Amino acid sequence: MKISRKGFLEIGGLSLLAVAGKTAIGALLGKVEAETGSQPGAAPATRWAMVVDPAKCAEKDGCSDCINACNKAHNVPVIKDPQHEVKWIWREPFENALPTQASAYTEKKFRGKAVMVFCNHCDNPPCVRVCPVQATWKRQDGIVMMDWHRCIGCRYCVAACPYGSRSFNWFDPRPYIAEMNPDFPTRTKGVVEKCNFCEERLAKGQPPACVEACKEKALVFGNLADPQSEVRQLLESRYTIRRKPELGTQPDVFYLV
Amino acid sequence: MRDRGVIYTGLLIFLGLMTFPVWHDLAAGTTSRGPQPILPKQEKQCVAPLAYMRTSHMNLLMDWRETAVRRDVHSYKAFNGKTYNMSLTGTCLTGCHTNKDEFCDRCHNYAGVSVQCWECHVDPKLARRSAP
Amino acid sequence: MFMTEKAVVGGRRYWMWILCLLGIIGVGFFCYLRQLNYGLGITGLSRNVTWGLYIGQFTFLVGVAASAVMVVLPYYLHNHKEFTRMAILGEFLAISSVCMCMLFIFVDMGQPGRVLNVLLYPTPRSMMFWDMVSLSGYLALNAVIALVTLDAERKGVAPAAWIKPVILLSIPWAISIHTVTAFLYSGLPGRTFWLTAILAPRFLASAFASGPALLILLCVLVRKLTGYDVGAKSIRTLAVIVTYAMIINVFFLLMELFTSFYSQIPASMEHFENLYTGLPGQPSPLLFWGRTSLVLMAVALVMLLVPATRRNERTLTVACAVTFASLWIDKGVCLVVSGFMPSPLGSMTPYVPTLPEVLICLAIWAVGALMITVFYKITLSVREGAEAWIEERPTPPLPAVTG
Repeated sequence: MKISRKGFLEIGGLSLLAVAGKTAIGALLGKVEAETGSQPGAAPATRWAMVVDPAKCAEKDGCSDCINACNKAHNVPVIKDPQHEVKWIWREPFENALPTQASAYTEKKFRGKAVMVFCNHCDNPPCVRVCPVQATWKRQDGIVMMDWHRCIGCRYCVAACPYGSRSFNWFDPRPYIAEMNPDFPTRTKGVVEKCNFCEERLAKGQPPACVEACKEKALVFGNLADPQSEVRQLLESRYTIRRKPELGTQPDVFYLV
Repeated sequence: MRDRGVIYTGLLIFLGLMTFPVWHDLAAGTTSRGPQPILPKQEKQCVAPLAYMRTSHMNLLMDWRETAVRRDVHSYKAFNGKTYNMSLTGTCLTGCHTNKDEFCDRCHNYAGVSVQCWECHVDPKLARRSAP
Repeated sequence: MFMTEKAVVGGRRYWMWILCLLGIIGVGFFCYLRQLNYGLGITGLSRNVTWGLYIGQFTFLVGVAASAVMVVLPYYLHNHKEFTRMAILGEFLAISSVCMCMLFIFVDMGQPGRVLNVLLYPTPRSMMFWDMVSLSGYLALNAVIALVTLDAERKGVAPAAWIKPVILLSIPWAISIHTVTAFLYSGLPGRTFWLTAILAPRFLASAFASGPALLILLCVLVRKLTGYDVGAKSIRTLAVIVTYAMIINVFFLLMELFTSFYSQIPASMEHFENLYTGLPGQPSPLLFWGRTSLVLMAVALVMLLVPATRRNERTLTVACAVTFASLWIDKGVCLVVSGFMPSPLGSMTPYVPTLPEVLICLAIWAVGALMITVFYKITLSVREGAEAWIEERPTPPLPAVTG
């Protein structure tokens, strides 16, 4: 069959358009690469959440048990230089972590006291929205997960996170890991990381490392979808606040005040 | 051609340098010897048939990583019915190939393949060494 | 077909310039290799300020790229014939700018080897995905347009009819590339400095002031170096466009300042205070840049508004340089860094670019300058050739056999 160059280009262009159009329409309708078992409409069987009690935490000044446990469990590098530090859980002064609650007359028991902050695993996470390669996504059990194989290190998620929960690896972190834990990978330079709610421990039925390490029981972890869980009891009996609620991110980390 | 001597000498040196990899390996016998990975002593059967692993272990690992990380499924049903946990360090390196230098690196170095897996995935030997 | 033979014929000055640019590129490339080896820690970026010069330059250059539409629109859509000799220079400026943008994004990535992931895993909900689509499309459009029109000119014939709809497509596309770039910033709930609907219009206004200002400077330079004259009328018209764009840009900035300071919302005011007035107890390197940008904007506006200084080419050149400088500071330096100050937890982390970082930026600018030099050399050679035989023979020749 004799076909002119113009004819070939026309057919080729139309075919390309058809294929691209189908992909585009599929993608626009939200059928991005399957997030973990998303079933629209079905109520989740698991919704992991954390309740933090800053008052209990403040009882033991200078304690870093949760931070050390997290660092050890996940090979989080300890970098002294605050410009380049990598942290999954850390302490922030009350006025910085929960700014709208602070005023000149803030309750003395909280003023300047440490509040543990980490990734909120938001229900409506802006970081997931902006990631161009879906290296971060919201799992069905509520955890905002990271895939360090996929991450291109653009740091768009860092810009998008309203809480400063994410850290970027500015260089190879391995020299800054005191004790390498073989049960968890390290990360490499050029990728973003954050608290993962110890999803690898949850898969084995263990609580998050920070929760286990806290002797004051200031961190309570559980399943929001289970009405009998401790987190549900706390939320229903005590007054809790979340960080920057006006942004609509719906954090799954609650603070008892 | 006045500079015949210089030109031919130069050409010979150039050819010698260019073909260095070939005649060096021939002399040392590395090419004919092959990579010689040291197989695990206890386990005789890998998670997949030998022939498949030889050609496509990278595909298996990629598949494991997509399934374990992105789909939160950690259990792998092998061809022979056995189940394994999909973990490079946890299953492959801890269970069988306990010495990465003697196994994985042998073939990779021979083939000139630089894999990036080890930038993140921990070699258990390294971890034991670094423990205080 | 690419007429590259025209780029390798040149005088001493031409080759000295090319050599100089290659030297700068070489140094920057070496710095980039160091960055690849060590990581982005080699820059002045930090946990709180994760985007800096690289992304700032990218943002500014997207604007310059989009500004080609300020010449294409009147020339191709409204047949303003005075832009005949200028249009293609604008298109080549756009192509070079887009290439620089892509390079700046590439050097900013933590894992550049994985860049193809953006294509392999398309994510329509991410603005970065659309930014990549629109920039690539814009590059392709302008490359095709420039090639086809220049090729036709060399052969002494009118370009094929199908190029007209392609040119018309490039007009809304140009608007879209800078709008999408603004969307990268203006949709982030945690960054109050960027979370404003006026960000995209501000981007466009400053783009349409800075881009054509640069184009005017380039045309004046080209005339000085080669005698190729785009025509006084085209420069005058473009200067009017720069003036209006600058007026709108300054107006938008004043709108931002009003909303922020009249509402007295601290989260909103903090960024502007950090840039222009200074925060108590917080020495800020940005203060110098912010204030300089404001002063330069005011000077540029006055020089552009006063007809005498706008119409006189010497003062216009100064006005354009000042315009370009003020907007380069505003967008390339202040915009991105200010968004991160303060951090989500309220701390102000100063950002000071390191030497390797600056050298890499300079190298990418040199790549752009090299591209423009080569493109303009080819264009002007083609035009000179065309004009030469028009003087000899009034009838057009047969299409050239060699491509």
